[in-house]
Amino acid sequence: MKLLTHNMLTSNIIKGVTKGFPLKIVPVQVEIKDVDYNPAFVVRTLSKVDWPALHQAAVETGFGDGLPETLGENFQQDEELLKKIHNALLQVEVIQGELVCPESGRKFPITNGIPNMLLQEHEVGQ
Amino acid sequence: MSINSASKFSTPVIGNRNSEDFDHVYEPAEDSFLLLDALENEHFYLQELMPSICLEVGCGSGICITFLSQILEKSALFFCTDVNPLAAEMAFHTGCKNGQNIHPIVCDLANGVESRLEGNVDVLIFNPPYVVTPSEEVATKGISASWAGGIRGREVVDRFLPKINKLLSPKGVFYLVGIEENDPADIEKYMSRQGFQMTMVGKRRAGREHLFVLKFTRIKKSGRCQ
Repeated sequence: MKLLTHNMLTSNIIKGVTKGFPLKIVPVQVEIKDVDYNPAFVVRTLSKVDWPALHQAAVETGFGDGLPETLGENFQQDEELLKKIHNALLQVEVIQGELVCPESGRKFPITNGIPNMLLQEHEVGQ
Repeated sequence: MSINSASKFSTPVIGNRNSEDFDHVYEPAEDSFLLLDALENEHFYLQELMPSICLEVGCGSGICITFLSQILEKSALFFCTDVNPLAAEMAFHTGCKNGQNIHPIVCDLANGVESRLEGNVDVLIFNPPYVVTPSEEVATKGISASWAGGIRGREVVDRFLPKINKLLSPKGVFYLVGIEENDPADIEKYMSRQGFQMTMVGKRRAGREHLFVLKFTRIKKSGRCQ
């Protein structure tokens, strides 16, 4: 699971949960997978990304160094920063671990690099 | 899809390890290939749409989302979901084998991503379990969940249709695979009440199945834009 994917996941589907984002990552195995660096793509992708959630996820997986808590206005010009963001967003891969709902504490497994957000029928909200 | 050289885009190689994998994951069949052909025919439209986020629900082997990524030359983000963890894994490997970055999630329909992707999905694809079966056969644990659609083959589709309006971006497009028994006219009626127009962008007879691919886009409000 890339941190990009993590950025799109919520546990709001759990009955009663309204703040199921961002999910806390409890990593067990993390790898770096090489992905071609494309600054324009990174900038474009960031427009869809919740920065505080990405920052938190990067810290939780051990790749938060050099990532600011808030993204300044001129980050597009900062090549070094863009490369770090590229790494956090697209290269960090959580292979095994858990995602934890920030509100209910419900845990979701990450197995073989894929998050499993399935719920039991009685847990599902509207 | 005919595995032909005349095609502009090559059919993705599937990321299974062996043929037994297909005991647990839906193996691409006529319906998958019809969807690929439809997307290929739509490739100019899809490229001009310049999507940022693409999502396939019920991706199975991942052949379709991988093909979409090929068509769009990796210019967007490609997410896919499946209730079957083995399918999600295979989809990931299918992406890798074809040099595409596919991001699979195990969840029911779009449950895990729908609140974050709300209003952001530019291309949405669903090749659902559409075969007419008794209701009890829907959403079982086995491979039959990949095709068993219950009454009129609509039980899974009908759970998803109400979500389309929320998920799609203003310019978003939704492709849906189905068969004649699913009553496309009825689907059209429902979707038009949701503000969508429907066109048929693929049609083929495969054995007893009359397959089709439906395309939905938002009905443009006329005039008064100034």
